[in-house]
Amino acid sequence: MATELGPTPVKAPASGGTPVHHAPKGVGEDNKILSQGKWAAWLLAPTVIALGIVIVYPIISAIVMSFQKDAGLDPATGLFTAGGSAGIQNYVNWLAQQCAAPAGGTVACPPGTLGAQFWSATTTTFFFTVVTVAFETVLGFWMAMIMARTFKGRSLVRAAVLVPWAIPTAVTAKLWFFIFAFEGIANKLFNTSILWTGSEWPAKWAVVIADVWKTTPFMALLILAGLQMIPAEVYEAAKVDGATAWQRFRMITLPLVKPALMVAILFRTLDALRMFDLPYILTGGANNTTTLSILVINQIRQGFNSAAALSTITFIIIFLVAFIFVRFLGANVVEQSGATGKGKK
Amino acid sequence: MTAATTELRAQQDRGRKAAQNREKWAQGRTYISAAVVLIWCLAPAYWMVVTAFRDVGFTYDTSILPTHVTLDNFNTAFDTSFGNRFGQALLNSVFIGGVVTLVSLVIGVFAAYALARLNFKFKYLVLGFILGASMFPGVALITPLFQLFTNIGWMGTYQALIIPNISFVLPLTVYTMTSFFREMPWELEESARVDGCTQGQAFRKVIMPLAAPAIFTTAILAFISSWNEFLIASQLSSDATQPVTVAIANFAGAQPNQIPYTAIMAAGTIVTIPLVILVLVFQRKIVAGLTAGAVK
Repeated sequence: MATELGPTPVKAPASGGTPVHHAPKGVGEDNKILSQGKWAAWLLAPTVIALGIVIVYPIISAIVMSFQKDAGLDPATGLFTAGGSAGIQNYVNWLAQQCAAPAGGTVACPPGTLGAQFWSATTTTFFFTVVTVAFETVLGFWMAMIMARTFKGRSLVRAAVLVPWAIPTAVTAKLWFFIFAFEGIANKLFNTSILWTGSEWPAKWAVVIADVWKTTPFMALLILAGLQMIPAEVYEAAKVDGATAWQRFRMITLPLVKPALMVAILFRTLDALRMFDLPYILTGGANNTTTLSILVINQIRQGFNSAAALSTITFIIIFLVAFIFVRFLGANVVEQSGATGKGKK
Repeated sequence: MTAATTELRAQQDRGRKAAQNREKWAQGRTYISAAVVLIWCLAPAYWMVVTAFRDVGFTYDTSILPTHVTLDNFNTAFDTSFGNRFGQALLNSVFIGGVVTLVSLVIGVFAAYALARLNFKFKYLVLGFILGASMFPGVALITPLFQLFTNIGWMGTYQALIIPNISFVLPLTVYTMTSFFREMPWELEESARVDGCTQGQAFRKVIMPLAAPAIFTTAILAFISSWNEFLIASQLSSDATQPVTVAIANFAGAQPNQIPYTAIMAAGTIVTIPLVILVLVFQRKIVAGLTAGAVK
């Protein structure tokens, strides 16, 4: 924007001597025009209130619940108890994999119960996250590099990558369930006879493959958008200077696409950490494919408050990962989406 | 002198030829890679469609081309005799998706305008909050909502499905529209104001028509994300209100131990085709909407 009309937020150069546009909005016009802050407050109010109702209230409610005992039969007396405050017992139970003991107090949860699955679910969740995001990044980058080139049929490829993205995850899961069926096409193509959803590692890889198929396009498109921000002249100049293709990739493409790449990885990572639909439908969480989200859902019907504690733990884990990304890995999402106007900072 | 020139010219020719060859080779590699991408993305989807049209007796036929073509599976998909309610579920999904999209757009458009256009304190805080909300894990909402809706008798109602959906569609809407709005020619708004419009009038009469494509794209994205929602619906819906994702996940066959794959693939095809058409028609806009904000 060459002509900056209206008060553009000139954030950075406060000391730079450039006159900051503080002119009120409607100069010489309606006097009743509200100041920008008030305007913004009015415009934002519906969204903030709506999100407050549908997100903030449930979070607070979940946190409150997580400190309550689940109502149920008291194992010691066999009588129905109404719950009451649990302190941090619910959290301790999950983290230490302790269950209420018949004699009162707690014992290590017997294998097979939900309580015994916390750490394996956490491990599984992180396994899925790391492996799928790694594959998606590499594959997505490769796809983006192809789509960035000019060739006949490029728009066809760009349209095709949207197909896996547009298919609902529930359908994707059923589709891959069929592909991975014992008599299905996967075994036929690779001439194998694997019970894909029948044992741990095939089941895990089935989930990984289906997830990579479904979500790589999103990654590829985000990276492609980043690639297209790089001016062609930079490459031309590097070519003239005799840089090899690998050097151009490492010294130009990678650093310049990094901001977009980091945002894409952050989005995908947070999405993978809450993975639910795919393993829930594809494997039913069997054979160590239970993610934290699946564990929460399974727990709900056995006790709200304990489930609330687990969902709060899940939330904290995701929050921490997001924090690490933004703080240490330079995935500056807010700055990137919040930078008004096209001016460089 | 002449010899040197000829030599030079020959060298240049060789150089040019080599460059051309390299170019051709690179072009060839591009096409091969593009073909691999095409197959990787389309083959599984193609398999779904082919199976949907295949006679149930040949479910595991693995010939690549359509064989034993029939429309029976689509009838089976809508058949209610085994407790499946796919037709009803389709209507439910359209209804839930429609309401969620409408509400999110109406509320979100104002927020997006403020975030894109106005300068105010805590702007980054609000943006961060909205972004954080879109990344929020659904399971963190489901437990309290499950209890709340049980207590007030909302389990299995439409509102119990619509309200949680807004929690992730609204942030997406605000986020996408904010990025679109930043790209718009706001000078026109100023001109309208100079011509005597109030800010509200300028917004309604000048900006809204210009923003229509952006809003439309956002609506598609919002509808798709609501249409694809599974987690909340799988827990809070009833047989009467379940959306298609839940109906497909729970699709039952005549025998409990026999999975009606062909009918499920038919149902999946029905659910997917409208989205794929929508996405292909508005490809450019949708890509712009998806990537909006991630790069600027």
